[in-house]
Amino acid sequence: MIEGLNPALLLICGALLIPLLPRGIVRNGFMLALPVLGLLQLWSLPHGQYAEMSLFNLTLITLRIDSLSFVFAVAFLIAAAISVIYAWHLDDELQQVVGLFYPGAALGAVLAGDLITLFICWELAAISSVFLIWARRTERAYRAGLRYLLIQVGSGVLLLAGVVLHVRATGSATFEHLDLSSPGATLIFIAFGIKAAFPFLHNWLQDAYPEATVTGTVVLSAFTTKMAIYALARGFAGVEILITIGTIMAMFPIFFAVIENDLRRVLAYSMNNQLGFMVVGIGIGTPLALDGAAAHAFADILFKALLFMSMGAVLLRAGTVNGSQLGGLYKSMPLTAGLCMVGAASISAFPLFSAFATKSLILEAAAQEGHWIPFLFLLFASAGVFHHAGIKIPYFAFFGHDSGIRCQEAPRNMLIAMGVAAALCIGIGVFPQALYAILPYPVVFDPYTTTHVITQLQLLAWSALAFAVLMRTGIYPPELRAVNLDFDWTYRKLLPALSIRVWKELDRGWMGLTEAIKCQFNGLMRILFLHHGPHGRLAATWPTGSMVLWAVVLLGMCVVFYYV
Amino acid sequence: MTLPSSPAVNSERKYWLDDPRHVTGIFYGLALICAGLFLADVFYHKHTYFSFEGWFGFFALYGFFCCVALVLLAKQMRKWVKRNEDYYGD
Repeated sequence: MIEGLNPALLLICGALLIPLLPRGIVRNGFMLALPVLGLLQLWSLPHGQYAEMSLFNLTLITLRIDSLSFVFAVAFLIAAAISVIYAWHLDDELQQVVGLFYPGAALGAVLAGDLITLFICWELAAISSVFLIWARRTERAYRAGLRYLLIQVGSGVLLLAGVVLHVRATGSATFEHLDLSSPGATLIFIAFGIKAAFPFLHNWLQDAYPEATVTGTVVLSAFTTKMAIYALARGFAGVEILITIGTIMAMFPIFFAVIENDLRRVLAYSMNNQLGFMVVGIGIGTPLALDGAAAHAFADILFKALLFMSMGAVLLRAGTVNGSQLGGLYKSMPLTAGLCMVGAASISAFPLFSAFATKSLILEAAAQEGHWIPFLFLLFASAGVFHHAGIKIPYFAFFGHDSGIRCQEAPRNMLIAMGVAAALCIGIGVFPQALYAILPYPVVFDPYTTTHVITQLQLLAWSALAFAVLMRTGIYPPELRAVNLDFDWTYRKLLPALSIRVWKELDRGWMGLTEAIKCQFNGLMRILFLHHGPHGRLAATWPTGSMVLWAVVLLGMCVVFYYV
Repeated sequence: MTLPSSPAVNSERKYWLDDPRHVTGIFYGLALICAGLFLADVFYHKHTYFSFEGWFGFFALYGFFCCVALVLLAKQMRKWVKRNEDYYGD
C-alpha cells in the first residue's frame, strides 16, 4: 500500500468523489472498496508517526498509528464497511457522501497525533454527521439536527479554546496524556465529555440519534461517541473522577430505557449505559482496564450497529419503532428477529457473545483495584442492560402482543450487513483472544472460567426471570405513546420559557422607559407651548419684538460684564 | 416495498408461540433453569475478589432484585417525567 497515506484521507476524499460515479453497482462497489482499502492500508502501515508538518512553530502529526489508535481505527473501518452494505439499496447522494465522509473524519480524529488535527477532524465529524439527521427531511428531524449541531459544535469550540490554552502553556500540540488541573486540559475534558455523553451533557444522543434516517442512525451510532472514548483514553486515562462519572452513566440511562417507547431511543439510552462502562475502565486506568475500555468500544460498535440495524429494518418495513405499536413481527421478519437477538445477547454479555469477553475486562479491573461500589453498580447496570436492551427490544418488537402488522422481511443487503455484524459479535465471543491480540496492552485474562460463566448466567437468567414475573403479574409498565422528560427539557422548554419571560420583562421595561421619556417630552412641549404658543408672551412679540428683547438682554449682559 | 401485505395471508398459519400454553411452558422452563443455576453454586469453588461475591446465589438474587427495583423505580419515575407525545410541539 501507499507509504504514509492516511486511511482517513482515503475515506474523506473518496466520499467526495461519490457523486461523480454512476449510480448502482459501480458507485456502491466504490463505496464498499473505500473502507476495505482503508483497512488494508491501516494494516500495512507499521506503528509509528507519519505525515508530520509544521504550522506556526508547532509540529502536527496527522497520522499516528499505535496500539491504542489502531484498535479504534480497525473498528471504525469495519463499521463503515458494514454501514455501506446496510445502505446498499439507498439512492440518496447526500447520505452516501456523508455516510463515508463522517466516518473518515472520525477516523482522522482517532489517528491524529496532535490536538490541532484532532480539533479539525472533531469539527468535520460534527458538521458532516448532522446531515444524516437532516436527510430524513422532516421538520422534526430538522429541529433535532439543529439542536444536535449546536451541541456538537459547542464541544468543538470548547476543544479549540482548551487546545489554545494548552499550547500556550506547554508550547506543544502533541496529543498525549493531559494534566486535568490545567485550565486548557479542563476545557478539553469537557469537550470530550460532551461527545462521550457524560451525565447532563448526554441528551443530544437520545434526542438526535432516533431522529436520523434508517441507515443514518446506524452510521451515527458507531463513531462520535467512540471517538470521544478514544480521546478520553488517550488524554485522561487513570483520572479518578471518571470512575464516578462512568458509574452514573452506566446507571441512570437504564431507568429511562425501561419506560421509553421509541425502541431506537431505548438503544440510544443503552448506548449511554455502555459508554459508562468504558468511561469507568478509562478512569481505573490500569492496563487491564484500558484494554477493557478499548475492547468494549470495539464490541459495542458492532453489537450496537447490529441492534440499530435491526430496528432500522423494522422502521423501514413496519413504518414505526414504537414499542406500543409493534409486536409479533417474528412472523414477518424471522431473520431480522434472529439477528436482533444475536445483538441482544451480545450487549447482554451472554457467554459466547462479544460483551462477555470485553465488559468482563472492565469489571475484573474494577474488582482487582478494590472498587467495590462501582463494581456493584456496574453489575446492576449489567442486569439492567440485559433487561432493557437484551429482552425489551426483541420482546416488544418481535414477540409480545401481536400487533397484527404483517410486512416483508428486511431487504437482502440489510440482512447481509446484520449477518456480518452478528458473525463478528459471535466471533469475538467465541475467540476473544483474536481481539485481545490487538488491544493496547498484553492481556492475561480468560473470560471462560467456571466462576465467570456460571455467575454471569445466574445474573442473566434471574434478570430474565424478573422480567417474566413482572410481565405475567402485570406489574411491568406498558409501552405508552409518550415522551419522557430528560435533561433536554432544560434547553427545549426551560430556557425558551425563561428567555420569553426575560424578553417580556425587557419589553415591559422598554415600554415604561419610552413612556417616561414621552411624559417628559410632553411636559417640555407644554412649557414651550405656554411661552411660544399662540398666547405665549414670547410668541406675542415674535419675531421683531423678541429680537429687540434679546438684543436688550445681550446689551444688558455686556454692561454687567464690562463692570465686572 | 414497505406496504404490509394483507393480514389474511398470514393469519391462517398458527405459530408455536401463539399457543399460550407454550408461553407458559417457556416461563416454567426459565424458572427451572434459574433454579438449576442457583443450585450450581454448590458444585464449584468461586474465585472472587469481594466477600459478597462468594455468598450463595449472590449473582442470581442480585440480578433478580436489581431488575425488580429497576422496573419499580422506573415506573415511579414515569409520574414525574411522562408527558404527552406532542409535548415539545414537533
